[in-house]
Formats: sequence, C-alpha cells, structure tokens
Amino acid sequence: MIQLQNINFSYHKGRTIFDDLSLSLEGGHIYGLFGKNGAGKTTLLKIIAGLRFPKSGSSTTLGQRAALRKAEMLKNLYFLQEEVYVPAISIRDYVKCYAPFYENFDNEQFEEYLHLFEITSMDDKLTALSHGQRKKVIISFALATNTKILLMDEPTNGLDIPSKGIFRKIMTMAANEDRLILISTHQVRDLHCLIDAVVILDNGHILLNASADDITDKLCFKITDDTGTDEPILYCEENLRGNLLVTENIHHIETKLDIELLFNAVMLNKERINELFNAKN
Amino acid sequence: MNFNDNKAIYLQIAEWVFEQILNGNWKEGDRIMSVRELGTLLVVNPNTILRSYDFLQKLEVIVNRRGVGYFVAPDATDKIISHRRKQFVEEEVPAFFKTMKLVRMSWEELAELYKES
Repeated sequence: MIQLQNINFSYHKGRTIFDDLSLSLEGGHIYGLFGKNGAGKTTLLKIIAGLRFPKSGSSTTLGQRAALRKAEMLKNLYFLQEEVYVPAISIRDYVKCYAPFYENFDNEQFEEYLHLFEITSMDDKLTALSHGQRKKVIISFALATNTKILLMDEPTNGLDIPSKGIFRKIMTMAANEDRLILISTHQVRDLHCLIDAVVILDNGHILLNASADDITDKLCFKITDDTGTDEPILYCEENLRGNLLVTENIHHIETKLDIELLFNAVMLNKERINELFNAKN
Repeated sequence: MNFNDNKAIYLQIAEWVFEQILNGNWKEGDRIMSVRELGTLLVVNPNTILRSYDFLQKLEVIVNRRGVGYFVAPDATDKIISHRRKQFVEEEVPAFFKTMKLVRMSWEELAELYKES
C-alpha cells in the first residue's frame, strides 16, 4: 500500500535526510517506526502523505503518486500530526465539517472511542480543551475515519497515564486485516503488544523492516544470570534481575520481542542485522 | 494482561486459554471469543491472537468452523493435559532435577514433600 523507491530528500541547504531510501509497507499490520531524534521519521510520514516531495525517487501511496494528492488517495489516508490543529468549534461541528471527506467515517465508532476516553460532551469547543483532551478527540476522529492508511506521529505524547492504556485498547479495536497503521514514536512502552512489525530509520536509510515474528525467529530476547551462552550476543545490558540479552536465535527458541533492546541491538550491529534480515535467501 | 519477560506472547496467550478451559470458564464445545474480541480484551495485536489460535488449532484444543467462529474442541482437556505433560517432562523436569542435584536433595526428601503437598 505504501511504496518508497530510491528516495533522496534534504531540506533547503540542510544536510541530507534520506539517501536512496526504499521501503514497502502492506495492509493488515500495525507498524512501529523508530529512529533517533532527527532521523527523519516525521519527514518520512510527510512524504508518504504527499506533504513533502522527494528530490528524486518515487513515493507511491495506494497506487497513486503521493505528491499529486489525488482525492482518491486523500480520502483513504489519515495523517495524525504530533501537534494537532483544532479550529474554534465544537466537537459536533468538527465532525460535521471534516467527516464528509472520509466516506467510511463511522459516527458510532467515534462516539464509542470518545466515551472510552471519557470525553462526554460533544458541545465543548475544541479550543477550550486541554492539549491532551484535544489529542483524544483527534485520535478518536482519526480511527473513526476508517481510512485504509493511518499515519500517527507520536500519538501518545500529551496523554495522561490511564489514557495511554485506553489508547492501546482502542487501537486493537480499530486494527483490521486490511488497514495499514504506521506509528512513529519514542514511547516504546506505549506500543507494547500493539505493533506487529518494526521499521527502524537511521542515517538516511531503512535499517530494518521486519515483522515481529520474523524478528523473534532470528533473534532471542532474554533475561539470564547465565553468562555462558553459545549464541552470538548482539547486545547486553545489566539489570537487577540479571543480564538483558539480545542474541542470534540459533537454537530456535521463541522469546518475546523487546523493542527497546531491539533498537539498541540494531544500532550496535548494523551490518550483522542487515545480513540477518536483508539477505536474499 | 501482564506478560512475563521471556516467553513469546502468543504462547503466553495459548497458556491463558488452557487455563480458561481447565478451570471451566470456557467449556468443551463452546464458541469462544473471536480474534478481534480477544485482541481487544487482552490489548494485543489481532495478528498475535491469530497466531495463538493457529497454534491451539494445531494442538487440536480449538477448532475453526469456517464462517461461524472458533470452538473449544470436544476433547480439549485431554489435549491440553497431554501437551502440558510433554512440556513438563521436556522443559521443566530437567531444570527441576538440576536444582535438586545442586541443593543435594534426595528422592526420599522429595517424596515426603510430595506427600505433604
């Protein structure tokens, strides 16, 4: 559903953001997009949404050139930005104004999500709400549009602690076998058990694009007091309970993906990760 | 649901299903929650639930009737016990014996503890 091929991009006079970047994403998954500050996560989302144009290379979203911003593409894509823009109108009027752009918008779902987030009045002016409350309204709206593609940039920033749990629950309700959800975030704990594929962006390239199953097939994540292991260790971190290890999975043991450990392991072993995941079989 | 640190989540979910069946919350022959319903209940990606259900189908603990849903197999309890037995013998017993030797515990002591339990 999203195809980026040989993308080159830089801001005016700035350093290169993307250098021959290619990425292909399919429906039916919740992807987590990770990278250090300034790696270009937001820029990548903007290129997919047709809001930034690559210097060279092609960006195809839902079969259309993203930069053309055809109505066919826009009504099937929702981009939730990190800082949400809200006009000075009520929630009810916001829906009246913006829902018609999305033919599969479901008002019942919207109200259910708002209810779960404990937003009770549809008559409150959006500008009178706190930052976190605004974000809850726009997240609910974004999910209720039922677009084929949903891009989310730091969706949990500004949400209070209970709302993060509700966010995860709502995401599992909104995910389905056709929808492509791409979430960019530093809050890895907020995506716990939610994402089923990982994209890591580093130094202008995609360092890793793999499903969680593929990752746990090739790598082991474990806590152990045992220092002796015959598996090649990619990353080790000391912890009160023992050593947190990421190793190559040579004994085919199925462990639980830890995104934070994965990210650190990938950053330390870029070449080996590339060999493990990108080698043509 | 709280997941422990090491084991794959889809296996932990399968164990949670074993518990539901063994303690009678889910009865043999009953229809169980759909992939999406269980995903929302446990707050887990639906694809992970699907993987658990595939695994449970291979063990013949649940069956999928196309277009209707998933059901607890009529002999699910026996299947779970035989699977858990195999797991116990292959994975847990060796570690248990290792610790027994380490703390120099004899069979007789163990038998006493077993009688008391």
